[in-house]
Amino acid sequence: MGEKNITEVTDENFQTEILESSTPVLVDFWAVWCGPCKAIAPTVEELAVQFQGQVKIGKLNVDENPKTPGQYGIRAIPTLILFKNGTVVEQITGAVSKSTLETAIKKTL
Amino acid sequence: MEHPVYDLIIVGGGPAGLTAGLYARRSRLNTLLIEKLIPGGQVLTTDWVDNYPGFPEGISGFDLVEKMRRQTERFELPVINDEILSLSLQDPDKIIKGTQGTYTAKALIIASGAAHKKLGVPGEDLLGGKGVSYCATCDGPFFRDQEIAVVGGGDTAVQEALYLTRFAKKIYLIHRRDQLRATRILQEKALAHTAIQPVWNSMVESIQGTDQVEGVSIKNKDGSSGRTLSVEGVFILVGTLPNTEWLKPVVPLDPQGFIQTDPHMATPIPGIFAAGDVRQKLLRQISTAVGDGATAVFAAERYLEAL
Repeated sequence: MGEKNITEVTDENFQTEILESSTPVLVDFWAVWCGPCKAIAPTVEELAVQFQGQVKIGKLNVDENPKTPGQYGIRAIPTLILFKNGTVVEQITGAVSKSTLETAIKKTL
Repeated sequence: MEHPVYDLIIVGGGPAGLTAGLYARRSRLNTLLIEKLIPGGQVLTTDWVDNYPGFPEGISGFDLVEKMRRQTERFELPVINDEILSLSLQDPDKIIKGTQGTYTAKALIIASGAAHKKLGVPGEDLLGGKGVSYCATCDGPFFRDQEIAVVGGGDTAVQEALYLTRFAKKIYLIHRRDQLRATRILQEKALAHTAIQPVWNSMVESIQGTDQVEGVSIKNKDGSSGRTLSVEGVFILVGTLPNTEWLKPVVPLDPQGFIQTDPHMATPIPGIFAAGDVRQKLLRQISTAVGDGATAVFAAERYLEAL
């Protein structure tokens, strides 16, 4: 499992971990009550291993951290946002396939 | 590495595929189940299941499918994560090509299920994830104390509208006919609920908003009067489309894309069977998917024995 490669993102550390990150970041906005979030979780873990050192992968629990999803107008989960230099490069909603996420990540590298 | 030829490959890990996997492993078939995400299928997004026997209090979709998955684990069903792109035949082998690899089997059970249908109206794609949703259990909590619309009149739409009453203060249930199609018990509950307001004989013309959903424009079925309901969310639950693109042109499909089988789940292609929502059938439920999965394996076994 790529657990150790995944950053726990919170409202508090969002600025430092995501917006000020030197590498691109993929943030998975999720919640425990969301089935498709669980469906996509293994894919996100695989991506964390695959792109280790190139892209930071983070997970943000929307229940525990309501401020950040509000700021980005998130009203559906799972939502995955790719950030580069603090700005949103791509926003993907729903349990999409691994290849969709790979393509999006590779574009930012 | 030489790729193994499996006796049976099952594509799809919803209730039909998981049941097929269980039966196949108990028959000691050399089996592989291929699933795009994690096993579960549409049931993963079903808030509550009251019509699957054996659970007197009902059970959440997620828990039910997790139990099914654990049961297949007990019989050591191998599961691979891959998205299947195409199917070809090299008689009698079935070659299944995915994004991560190519898999070969003597028999194939297609249990790739179905995905939610879109309305195909302006604003729908633009506002996806910004108020337009296809999954009430995923997105309901974002609409606490707000006014929303649910589009559809079948079991899924009505059940999810009832679920959404936990969050939203008002729910317009927009349906193109003058009565719901859902099971009676669901209809009765929905129509009796003070937060649910049915909007009969109406079709959605467009979804309004730029960064967030602001409203939904509807018109009467006869085209007469149009109006805009001011809502912050639109849940579109208008039926499903089969996941069968990858089967073209090998397996014949009906005009809606579903697979026609005989009563033994066999397609016209020898050694290829179909089970669950992907089939042309009268009733698409967990209970009917499970039966399809079991039958398909039994038929596939017969086919394999005759090879």
